[in-house]
Amino acid sequence: MSATSPTEPGARLKLVSGLLVGLYALITLLPLLWIIATGFKSSADAIAYPPKLVFEPTLEGYVNLFTTQTRQTPEMLAADPPTTWYERIVSEKGMVIAGPSRFGERFLNSIIIGFGSTFLSVFLGTLAAYAFSRYRVPLKDDLLFFILSTRMMPPIAVAIPIFLMFRTIGLSDTHAGMILLYTAVNLSLAVWLLKGFIDEIPREYEEAALIDGYSRFHAFVKVVLPQAATGIASTAIFCLIFAWNEYAFAVLLTSGTAQTAPPFIPTIIGVGGRDWPAVAAGATLFLLPVMVFTILLRKHLLRGITFGAVRK
Amino acid sequence: MPETVIERAAAATPAQIARPLRSLSDRALAWIFIAPTIFLLLAVNIFPLIWTIRLSFTNFRANRPNAEVQFVGLENYRRILTDPDVWATMQVTAHFLIATLVLQVVIGFALAWLINQKFRGNDLWTTIIVLPMMLSPAVVGNFWTFLYQPQIGLFNAAVSFFTGGDPAGFSMIGEVALAPWAIVIVDTWMWTPFVMLICLAGLRSIPQSIYEAAECDRASKWRQFVTITLPMVLPFLMLAVLFRGIENFKMFDLVVQLTGGGPGSTTELTSITLKREAFEKWRTGYASAYAIILFVAVFGISSIYVKALNKVKAR
Repeated sequence: MSATSPTEPGARLKLVSGLLVGLYALITLLPLLWIIATGFKSSADAIAYPPKLVFEPTLEGYVNLFTTQTRQTPEMLAADPPTTWYERIVSEKGMVIAGPSRFGERFLNSIIIGFGSTFLSVFLGTLAAYAFSRYRVPLKDDLLFFILSTRMMPPIAVAIPIFLMFRTIGLSDTHAGMILLYTAVNLSLAVWLLKGFIDEIPREYEEAALIDGYSRFHAFVKVVLPQAATGIASTAIFCLIFAWNEYAFAVLLTSGTAQTAPPFIPTIIGVGGRDWPAVAAGATLFLLPVMVFTILLRKHLLRGITFGAVRK
Repeated sequence: MPETVIERAAAATPAQIARPLRSLSDRALAWIFIAPTIFLLLAVNIFPLIWTIRLSFTNFRANRPNAEVQFVGLENYRRILTDPDVWATMQVTAHFLIATLVLQVVIGFALAWLINQKFRGNDLWTTIIVLPMMLSPAVVGNFWTFLYQPQIGLFNAAVSFFTGGDPAGFSMIGEVALAPWAIVIVDTWMWTPFVMLICLAGLRSIPQSIYEAAECDRASKWRQFVTITLPMVLPFLMLAVLFRGIENFKMFDLVVQLTGGGPGSTTELTSITLKREAFEKWRTGYASAYAIILFVAVFGISSIYVKALNKVKAR
């Protein structure tokens, strides 16, 4: 038996702490599990009283999410029997599939705008962070504070002139406009985080390369970038999650072609009342990738969400 | 002589690219690296801010771009600051801020302290608790309206299970007395993990040797908590409050989807009023003045707060 330190918590305290934290974690998880479960319920099960914990799973919600449907008479349905599993689910309600819904497009928009803005902000952010980390830039602290302070404006306040600006130069409701906007919003986070990561890379590596006769730029590309790869990757994930979740700008500045999923999912309605299984199906598809990333990234989480203010 | 990675990389770079870059001075390179970032931030943040200030002195309406724009001086500011409805929404925002900050600090700190007892599996539980804050507030807030449904909602069912009341007897988002709590509960569920993570970082930064020394001096556990743990975590806690305060002052997506400001205007936070004025009533000049007032308020309060924070850190 090893001697325990006097400051090591006792076994009973550990047990009680574990139980309390576990209980809180389960309460936290419940609404998320409910979203996933509701996506697999039939519309009747979703609004059953009392709420159903055990139910027969169906893909009805997912089929409703991806299709638009119209009502059809029983004779017509009998004349043209369903051939695929999703047509069968729809025909049981006396409906036929009229075409695809807009969910696919909106989801694709989220992917294009999310990845586009993430690439741009990490690219520009890495360059700026390197310069701030390694060079004597005049007014460095003021510039860095300026970059941080751009996050204090309420999005709605910035949205008024941006709305007017985009309207004038024809960027409203375009992918390019949203990518630029999200890049600007994410840049502040990217610069602050990346500067922290680059600060930690010893200067000696670059100096050695410079003595060997390589240019600054060369040393940056071939020595600093590979060293900062982990930091760049986790910064990218944070930018991606922000762009993925953003709602205020998306709802005000897009309406048709460039609308992302967050403003779209709450507008999903069914025939006769809200189609909660379809809403839950959309939410599940939209939230699940972020949950997976969060679990994979848990070690880097703290630095990203605190703007690099807290380091492990 | 062994070939290094750098030498191989240098040899692999085409001469046309390498030559002009090699001849750049350090200073030029620094500005080339920083300029795009500064330019983009100026274009998307500072330029709009100046535009907003200019608009705030006019009666411009964005839905009538051809109407004549009149300079109205400080009229918009005067109307906002003397409007009792504006003060009512400020009060709603203040109540929301106080309730969420108190709940999140208390629960967040308690959770961090418990997790720091290093029981087995604490990593797994921490990850699960953190999940909500990484998700889209609009999508999650929208789904919470389903959980809050009288009778069929999970939240009402859970409350009636523990209190024995009627699950159809109350509506969290429909009743004037309950709606403010409805948004506080969801915000606390989402953002307590943020405070928890920062507190945890604070707790883990305290060197064990301090506790060992206190143990030798026979200080009681409670005394150790009050004289060591609390003061050393305080700067972290204040940082968490700053971040959460700014975020909740700007709060829009979650509450718009949950209650839309209703019933009446019981949950109408300042961002929601701003959106109504700017994008529904199209009083662009008036809304711009409102935005400037909010920005000055956030900026002013956080600067004072940061000064206090630095004082605590320096102690």
